[in-house]
Amino acid sequence: MSPILFWLFTALMLAFGVSVILNRNPVASALSLVASFLCLSALFVGLDAFFIGVIQVLVYAGAVMVLFLFIIMLLDLRAEHRRHFNRLVLVGGSLVSAGFVIALLQVLSVFPAGAKPFPALGVARLDDVRQVGITLFTRFNLPFQTVGVLILVAAVGVIVLSRRELK
Amino acid sequence: MDFINDIPWLLIAASVAKTLFLIFLIVLPIVSYTVYAERRVSALIQDRLGPNRTGFPTSLLGFHKDLQLFLGGLGQPVADAVKFLLKEEFTPGHVNKFYFWLAPVLAMVPALSTLAVLPFGNYMFGQKMVVADVNVGILYVFAIASIGVYGIVLAGWSSNSKYPFLGGIRATSQMISYELSLGLSAVPVLMIIGNLNLSDAIQYQIDNGWLLLPFTDGKLTLRELLLWIPVGISFIVFTISMFAETNRLPFDLPESETELVAGYHTEYSSMKFALFFLGEYAAMIAGSSVIVVLFLGGWHLPFLPINTLESSTTPAGMALGLIHISVFFAKVIALLIFFIWVRWTLPRFRFDQLMKLGWLYLFEIALVNIFITAAILALVK
Amino acid sequence: MAYTVRRPNLTFWEKIYLPNIVAGLAITFKHLRKMLQGETKVVMQYPEEKWDAHLPEYYRGAPTLVTDEHGRERCVSCQLCEFICPPRAITITPGELASDSKFAKVEKAPKAFEIDMSRCIYCGLCEEVCPEQAIYLRKDYAVTGENRADMVHHKDKLYELGGTMPGLVHKWNPEK
Repeated sequence: MSPILFWLFTALMLAFGVSVILNRNPVASALSLVASFLCLSALFVGLDAFFIGVIQVLVYAGAVMVLFLFIIMLLDLRAEHRRHFNRLVLVGGSLVSAGFVIALLQVLSVFPAGAKPFPALGVARLDDVRQVGITLFTRFNLPFQTVGVLILVAAVGVIVLSRRELK
Repeated sequence: MDFINDIPWLLIAASVAKTLFLIFLIVLPIVSYTVYAERRVSALIQDRLGPNRTGFPTSLLGFHKDLQLFLGGLGQPVADAVKFLLKEEFTPGHVNKFYFWLAPVLAMVPALSTLAVLPFGNYMFGQKMVVADVNVGILYVFAIASIGVYGIVLAGWSSNSKYPFLGGIRATSQMISYELSLGLSAVPVLMIIGNLNLSDAIQYQIDNGWLLLPFTDGKLTLRELLLWIPVGISFIVFTISMFAETNRLPFDLPESETELVAGYHTEYSSMKFALFFLGEYAAMIAGSSVIVVLFLGGWHLPFLPINTLESSTTPAGMALGLIHISVFFAKVIALLIFFIWVRWTLPRFRFDQLMKLGWLYLFEIALVNIFITAAILALVK
Repeated sequence: MAYTVRRPNLTFWEKIYLPNIVAGLAITFKHLRKMLQGETKVVMQYPEEKWDAHLPEYYRGAPTLVTDEHGRERCVSCQLCEFICPPRAITITPGELASDSKFAKVEKAPKAFEIDMSRCIYCGLCEEVCPEQAIYLRKDYAVTGENRADMVHHKDKLYELGGTMPGLVHKWNPEK
């Protein structure tokens, strides 16, 4: 992937990510998140991981965020009012995030694998769909099926809980 | 600055050329003439004549009469386009301006982006006639199609008035519901082909006969005969879901005129409205192209020789390449006519019927169909 | 009172809906084919083909003034039509007959009679109210003009359109 494109999409993704938090209009936030997902999937595509990139768009941008937007529109959420910051919270928050950055830097400095670049992929056209499928259904078949059943149980549970009794 | 040399300029130039060719020379003309065909066919079905007056204004150039080609009215799309361009660009005062302007773009762009992975021909000028030959082709189509709902939702929401809002809400729930059956009904086809790449799908159909018409390779095996059942079911479910995804009648509840004025684009006018219109028809073309690629053999026509990468620069190869492209779009146009024909035959669903059809019938049928296909593929060699 | 509509009992083929869709497609295709082959003839190509021959007797076209069999104006400018006209399209300036006329002391005639055709709604009330049977709605329907002044029919134009209506005419056409 061309470094120009990499930096472009990274910058866009971060900018949209920041705008998710800063926007006061919930619809604008949701759309920024969608744009951020799209940039992320562009990064995946740049790594020749077409399958993950497309699934990112299909599942997150195409289905989950549409539902989010649907709910936001149905609830008719208004833009949030600007709040006054509590000085104590502000100082505490800055301290916590500074601590996190310091911890991250320390971990990165002792993580030697992060310094060297990945070996180049040999194949020109990676058949990642087939490889993901084979890996999922052979090496991780049992965990995969278990996760499927768990999600099914969760879905049934949600439906049972949210169903109102007819009077 | 060595990475400038790394940029594959030839690839970029070829892609841009193919994109421009596809959009401006093929898709947009087909879109505008589909609108014309829609009006003419609807009129003929209803025992009317439709727009048959507008010719090309050759009388402005000093000729005696306007040029009227065989059916008459062929200048209508041009006149419509000029009208849309010259109309006042009006934005109502009560709308959310930014999203109001963004929505038509979001309706148009995904519909056109879908075309990027569709192989619309074999080889021309030593180039494969597909903009991006990715190995997740069909998933890409579904992903981009699912993005297309944002344009409609935003149009409905930002218009700040009730009918567009209801249209937007309906569009969202409808498109989410039918995406499932759309995706699931394509799975049997992908299982048979064994690949997600759309060029390979066409190659498979060249070798084994079109999926929907398996005798096009001249022979019919027991396996093909058995697979005909799931492929037929899959074709029907896929086509119905495609109607729902593109908001065509009988599923055009997001813009049902009788209840919602014009649905999500009630507040739009001039070119912004035209973009919605173009987006809708471009989505129809994209949908038909996917059906053609998956079920009807793409650009392949039996008994027609196939050109190769090497021969595509010779005159004969180029002629063949052009024929391949025309075959593809002839099939697409036939499907578009079918879309129009269905539109003027069937009445609109009620919303609960729409949801019931999507969730209780098509979804289950598509799901069971996968297992039928798997059984046939595993048992019959 | 609320009542329950019995749903029809559908057969299996009606329930799966697809055969009926195909049947519907066949019907619409039949209409398409008949139109293309010119078997259906419903639409008239207006400026080339006109429907003058098909106009019914009671057609309400442009209002006109008529003269009797002696060439005399029937209108006596009583202004009843002007008063009854719902969109106030009629303007009458009453006048005397010329003093040398045989009827000078008997009747009057309009000095000016204007009907603004951009206002006229072709209701026929003027014809109905006229005691002298002087104003009739004739079969002219293509009333055009390039500006508002063109759309006003003056007295000459009205007599030209109306022509002669000899004798007593049964104007209470029940169908009109």
